[in-house]
Amino acid sequence: MKEEIIIAGFGGQGVLSMGKILAYSGIMQDQEVAWMPSYGPEMRGGTANVTVILSDNKISSPILNAFDTVITLNQQSLDKFESKVKPGGLLIYDPNGITHKPTRTDITICSIDAAEECAKIGNPKGYNMVVLGAFLKMKPIVKMDNVLKGLKKSLPARHHNLIPLNEQAINVGMDKVKVEFEVK
Amino acid sequence: MAEKILLKGNEAIAHAAIHCGCDGYFGYPITPQSEVMETLMAQKPWETTGMVVLQAESEIASINMLYGGAGTGKRVMTSSSSPGISLMSEGISYLAGAELPCLVVDVQRGGPGLGTIQPSQSDYFQATKGGGHGDYKIIILAPAYGQEMYDFVELGFELAFKYRMPAMILADGVIGQMMEKVEIKEQKPRWTKEEILKISPWAATGKTADRKRNIITSLDLDPISQEQHNIHLQEKYRQVEENEVRYTEYRSEDAEHLIVAFGCMARIAETAIDRAREQGIKVGLIRPITLFPFPKKPIEKLLPQLKSMMSIELNAGQMVEDLKVIANGKVPVHFFGRMGGVVASPDEIYEAIINKLK
Repeated sequence: MKEEIIIAGFGGQGVLSMGKILAYSGIMQDQEVAWMPSYGPEMRGGTANVTVILSDNKISSPILNAFDTVITLNQQSLDKFESKVKPGGLLIYDPNGITHKPTRTDITICSIDAAEECAKIGNPKGYNMVVLGAFLKMKPIVKMDNVLKGLKKSLPARHHNLIPLNEQAINVGMDKVKVEFEVK
Repeated sequence: MAEKILLKGNEAIAHAAIHCGCDGYFGYPITPQSEVMETLMAQKPWETTGMVVLQAESEIASINMLYGGAGTGKRVMTSSSSPGISLMSEGISYLAGAELPCLVVDVQRGGPGLGTIQPSQSDYFQATKGGGHGDYKIIILAPAYGQEMYDFVELGFELAFKYRMPAMILADGVIGQMMEKVEIKEQKPRWTKEEILKISPWAATGKTADRKRNIITSLDLDPISQEQHNIHLQEKYRQVEENEVRYTEYRSEDAEHLIVAFGCMARIAETAIDRAREQGIKVGLIRPITLFPFPKKPIEKLLPQLKSMMSIELNAGQMVEDLKVIANGKVPVHFFGRMGGVVASPDEIYEAIINKLK
């Protein structure tokens, strides 16, 4: 198994930490992982993206031209990365504020209105976990108990009380993800 | 079983320093390696192993603190990125001249000047050909994985003390910023005073009645004895070249075309090589782990079966000059690189292989 993912959005949306939790979940099931951020001078409000690779074998290049899964959380990221999904691959996008929808017909396209869903459960900070849930529903490459172990590893001990809230947000994402187009 | 945790390359350097029993870190923040000192400050090793962590007032101060610490036989290190290493270069020359073991970590960024904060390998010349003045060499380890960032800290100290010379970990922004699975080793104690006296009898540890005083200096105004010192240094460097070459190979057994790349570029090249192999192009890789000593012999050994060589670097073509010396006109030596902080993708490297090697 090898899954190459890019998560892209605004800084502050939890893109990097979502990638980190996913990578840690991979370690928990003994996979090789790589987490490669775009790093730059930008902070909150700028663009942020992270490549996450989970593989049963040693990982060669952490720099990729195309991805099995692309997750975009704003219009700029969708515009930039829609073309980077491998044919037959998966695109998950947050439809909030999207004026130009994805148009490809050779990939599976899903949406998750994560801002609305996390607001409904009174957990606005759970935004990125709702998105993670949407991904895990579509591609259950890591088991839920490994995700919870990954959460425990990547959160500082003082935040371990928030793990049930994160789990709830992941479940909401799994439940609410919408398949808009399915490639045969 | 040893614990495996997710760490940035820079964080791995910091943890490794504590775990291998390093005595002191002296540094000044600069992107893309600031996590080294950040992690050390968060870990507070002065409360556990007694390791000193100090933010110096500048890079120049840091490297001179290394000179002082190394002179007493302690295991001391610093880390910086390209512009900071330029500032340290005078001090590195003095450390080499005075035969002081220490570890310098360079997480390279694009230059020249302040340049950019994005990954680069444009300090290959600076690291392997001097940087500072005088006929000196330092041991250069080029990690390509987070695990190597961790392991090379202890290895760097080991080699530095074995040969009494500075060692450098020459990484880049990709390896520094990327998080990977890193296997953590058990905490080793720092050297005791008795151990230091035994390992480094040359160190300035306080003169006792039963020995002459130890002097740490690179100054010797008598040209005849300065030449003798230089001859001694060169002999030492030949020993290092004889004994300490490290490298890995990938699909090179039957290769007709050899790619040579180090650090992150070697990994990116591997992906391109797999693609070229699918097209029936017999291409393989040698990844130098030590840039000094350079893996000259393993490349020479492959020469008879090769039709061409190609150096892939994140610079304008630096290591390629060393390959041309090895090829000595027997096979063409090509080059592909990106500059200024742009990281070449596997597709670009594949295209370069197709265009230049086929």
